[in-house]
This record gives sequence, C-alpha cells and structure tokens, in this order.
Amino acid sequence: MAQHTTVDDLPKGGFRQCMAWVHTWAGLSFGWLLFFMFVTGTAGYFDTEIDRWMQPELPPAPIGHNVHESASVLLNKAREEAPGAEQWLFTLPVDRNEPYAQLFWRGANTEAGASAERGERLVDLNTGETLQARETGGGQKLYQMHWLLHYTSRAYTDWIVATATLFMFVALITGVIIHRKIFKDFFTFRPRKGQRSWLDAHNVLSVTTLPFQLMITYSGLIFLGFSYMPLIVAANYGADGAGRTEFYGEVFSTPGLTEPAEKSASLIPLTTLIDQAESRWGEGRIRRIDVRHPGDANARIVVSENIDQTIASGAGRLVFDGVSGELLHNAPSASSPAKGVRDAFLGLHEGLFAPPVVRWLYFISGLLGTGMVGTGLILWAVKRRQNAERKRGSAPLGVVLVEKLNVGTVVGLPVGVAAYFWANRLLPVDLATRASWEAHAMFLTWLVMLVHAAIRPRQRAWTEQLVVAALAFSALPILNALTTDRHLVQSLTTGDWVFAGFDLTVLAIGVPLGATAWRMHRAQRKRRIAEESQPSQTQRANLSLGET
Amino acid sequence: MGLHGWRLASLIGAALVGGYALATAVSFFLGQLLPVGRSEATLIGHLLGFTFYAVAILWVFAVRRPGKAWLYLSVASIVFSVAGMGLRG
Repeated sequence: MAQHTTVDDLPKGGFRQCMAWVHTWAGLSFGWLLFFMFVTGTAGYFDTEIDRWMQPELPPAPIGHNVHESASVLLNKAREEAPGAEQWLFTLPVDRNEPYAQLFWRGANTEAGASAERGERLVDLNTGETLQARETGGGQKLYQMHWLLHYTSRAYTDWIVATATLFMFVALITGVIIHRKIFKDFFTFRPRKGQRSWLDAHNVLSVTTLPFQLMITYSGLIFLGFSYMPLIVAANYGADGAGRTEFYGEVFSTPGLTEPAEKSASLIPLTTLIDQAESRWGEGRIRRIDVRHPGDANARIVVSENIDQTIASGAGRLVFDGVSGELLHNAPSASSPAKGVRDAFLGLHEGLFAPPVVRWLYFISGLLGTGMVGTGLILWAVKRRQNAERKRGSAPLGVVLVEKLNVGTVVGLPVGVAAYFWANRLLPVDLATRASWEAHAMFLTWLVMLVHAAIRPRQRAWTEQLVVAALAFSALPILNALTTDRHLVQSLTTGDWVFAGFDLTVLAIGVPLGATAWRMHRAQRKRRIAEESQPSQTQRANLSLGET
Repeated sequence: MGLHGWRLASLIGAALVGGYALATAVSFFLGQLLPVGRSEATLIGHLLGFTFYAVAILWVFAVRRPGKAWLYLSVASIVFSVAGMGLRG
C-alpha cells in the first residue's frame, strides 16, 4: 500500500479503463523526452535552411549547375586536398537537401600532400576555392539531437530513444482505443473550461494528425530496430559480430566494391559516366559521385540518383569500373520487397523528397505533435490538481513535480532552442569550440529554465517563461540584422527565402507566445482582484491553468 | 481495489520483458515460415517486431494478472523460438 503514492492503481474496471491507465502512464513517463524529440525533430524538417542561417557568410546556394563542370571542379579539389585517399565523395548542389557542392574524403595520405587524413569541404564551383564559414552545429546537430540526444553514449541512446518511441506508439494505440467519438472530436473545442479545454486540445491535436503521428512513430521504431531487437539478426545470422556484418553486407552494401589492387592505374574521366547516368535518370539528376580507391587498378565509381522523385529513402545507383568505365551494376536501393517497404517508411520519416508545400505540412504536423505531447503533460497535472484540491485542498508532491517539469520543458526547452541560435550569432567567430558551445548554450538555458520553474510560484513561472520565450524568438530577426547584413528587409527584397523564411518563422513562433503570456497575465490579475473581493472563489479560480 | 505495488510492477515487467521476448521470437519465427531468403526474413522480422511488441503489451494490461501474463508470454516465446530454430534447420 505504502509504495504507490505517486502511481495510480491499475483500475479494476473494464478494458477501456485499463487502456486509459496505460495511455496516461506510457505518455507521462517519457513525455518530456518525447517533447524534446518532437521539438528538435520538427526543426529538422528545415535542417539545411537552419544550416544556412547559421552560416551567414556563405553565399546564397548555387542550386542549378552544370554537372560536368561541377564534377571536374570537385575532382581537381580532391586531387589537391586528398591525394591517395580511399574514398572521394562528391555531392552536387541539386536541391535544398544539398545546397552546396561538397567534397568528403577519408583515408588520404598526408605524406603525399593531403591536408588531412579525412575531411570535408564546401566548394565554390566558380572558383574552386573552399567556402569558408563560421564553425557551427547548424540545423544538422539540432535535428540529430532527436535521436542522438546529446552528452550521451550511442550505446544507451538508441535504447532510450527506442523505448520512448515504443511508449509513444503504445500511447497512440491506447489513445485511439479509449476514444469514443473520434469524428466528433475533430470539431470539438471548448475554450476556457479548465481541464475540459486541455482534454479537447489534446484530442483535436491528436485526432487531426493521427496518421502523421502513427507514421512518424512507427518509422522511428524501424530506424532503431537493429539496435533494439538485435536477436532477430542474431537468430538468422549468428550471435557474433561476423554474423551482423554479413547481414549488413547482404542488405546494405553497394555491389561491386572491392579491395584495392595496390597497382596504379589512371582514373577514367567522369564525363562519359555522367552522360550514361543522365541518359537513364534525366538531366541534372545526379546527386552524388562516390570514387573508391582513385588511382588504383580496382577503382570503382558509384553514381547516385537524386531522391526527390521517390518517397523511399534510397534511389538508384550505378556502379562503374573506375579504370575501364564499364558499367558493373545497376543497383536500385530497394533490392527486395522488404527493403522497399523499409526504405518507404524511412523516407516518409525523413521527408527528404518533400517539395516546399509538403515540407511545411511536415513541419506543421511536427508542431502539432509537439502540442499533442505538451497538452498531454499539462492535462495530467491539471486533472490531478483539480481532484486533489477538491479532496484535500492541496496538490501532492508528484503533481507539483510534474507541473514544474512541464513549465521548464514545454516553454523552457523552446527557449533553449532559441539560445542555440543566439549563441550562433554571439559567440566569437574564431572560438575553436563554438559548435559545442552552441549546444552547451541550449542545454544550460534549458537547465536555467527548469531551475526557474522549480523556484517560482506555478502560474508566475508560466507567464515569466512565456515572456522570455516570446522575446527570445521575436528578437532573433533583430539579432540577425545587427550581426549580419542579411536582415529581413534585405532578404525579402532580394528574394533570399532561406533568411526571410527563418526570420518570419521565428516571429510566427514568438508573437503567439507573447500573446499567450499577455492573456495569462491578464487572467491572473483578474483572479487576484476576484480573490480580494470574494475569498471563497479563490480556490476554484486557482484550480486550473486552462482558464487562461 | 485495483492492482498495485509489487503486483503492478510485475505486470509492467511482464509487458516490457515478456512482450520483448515474444516480439523477437514471433518475428524470427515468421521470417522462417515465409518462403524468402535469410536477409529478407530478417528485414520482415524487423518491420513487424514492434507491432507484435505493442500487441503483447496491450494484451498484458487487458489480462491484468501478472502470473498469467508471465506464464503465457514465456511459454509462447519458447515455443516460437524453438519452432523458428526447427524451421531454420
């Protein structure tokens, strides 16, 4: 009896009550982590746009290019920077997924003049020079946090994130089961009714985006499946590392790659290979050229297709002999039906195929999902505080703890994300560890917000944090104008849509936050006045945050 | 009075641990049952694994009896694993 002061008993009632219990506790236990995953993952739908905002020195992206010229510029760059490499990977600026031409290499010979054993460069296609910009984690680090977290070892991260995602999946299914009127809830929202309003909001957000939430959750699980259920691979291939390597080789490796012959031979010009690939896929549709063992007799060149015309995460690949130029393999990503289904799930999750309108839908669905998790967390606390205050006049410690974590995360985490952007503009440009400090700024800010939530009275904490969040986001365009010459007026008049889009989006986030803070403040003042004139109403008014 | 304390903890354990074992076993078994190659069987198992896991979890909470949940899930996991091994040969 004594040990269950925080967790409710599993009810004795019917099936539906049990499912409601599972829904409540599966959602609450990983709720804050899921909120973090939703916030950072949603930002990820604009990862390369955020990258570009965070490196304002870079010129507007040169999307649209001559593939022959680009390939030759990148090839020269690779010869200069990375002689003797095991791999040169050229990425062409085909669309928003790859805004700049990029060279990546590994296994280069520094004694033969390579600038590093392994490295990457953004390349200016007009001059062949390396594009220089400030060091930043960019949108990439931000979006990767939704599955790599931060400050955690990969060995645990996959398990933590997969468990959170599994709980989310269970919460979605039980949410559907305990729902009586799915259709009616589409249109039901009763504002300013306390607990009822939070429930309505939670329902509307969940029901309208249910297909997205199910897709994003299940595909997220598939991403982590090999880590989370390693025994399926082990049972088929053997429990040792060799079995696992064999499985990955069968499913994921590019066919036709071999060890170097250790005999030199000159690399075939890329021109004919590019023409062959373009005649299959169409002009301008080459995304990557991957050169293995350049200068060796066993050189291979893998040309990959852009992924904008398929939902699936993979696309076509052509494997050529790098010396004779013979086409060795035409390897579609979906090498089997199951691989095809897997690719489709992963592709839907990442949304790399998405044109602008669909990309915005992804972003908005992600925001609504964030809202679904946030309202769920708030609903838990509001409901319990109402019941507890009715019964004994005060809320138990568990409820208070959840309330404080709610303020510090639902509002505090977004403030942390804003701090990530502020740090990008305010840290010294030549600071060696500035990418790490951007992330430290985000998590330290989040920590400060949690501490603030812990020490301030409940309703004050909400208004104060909302004001901070509103300022942190709304002032970003001003900060950008003060620290770069690509301010909002400039970006709007020159059609610099990445910068204009970023500035307008943070305004569209900041202004409603400010409006919410203002309404909350007004409602609290009204309550205080009512309190002074009619003390009996105080308790009822204090019960619910939802009235604001 | 509903389920609480150690019996509730045991039920949650059955859902998470027993469900995990069953999901892995059924995924493996299904891969062997289908007339597909080894890599395909493994991929199909991974695509469906989390569905079996979620269903097992919900079943445990619908049953609400820790002893029964542990027993059924253990037996089913062993049966599916052994059957899968048998089919694999």
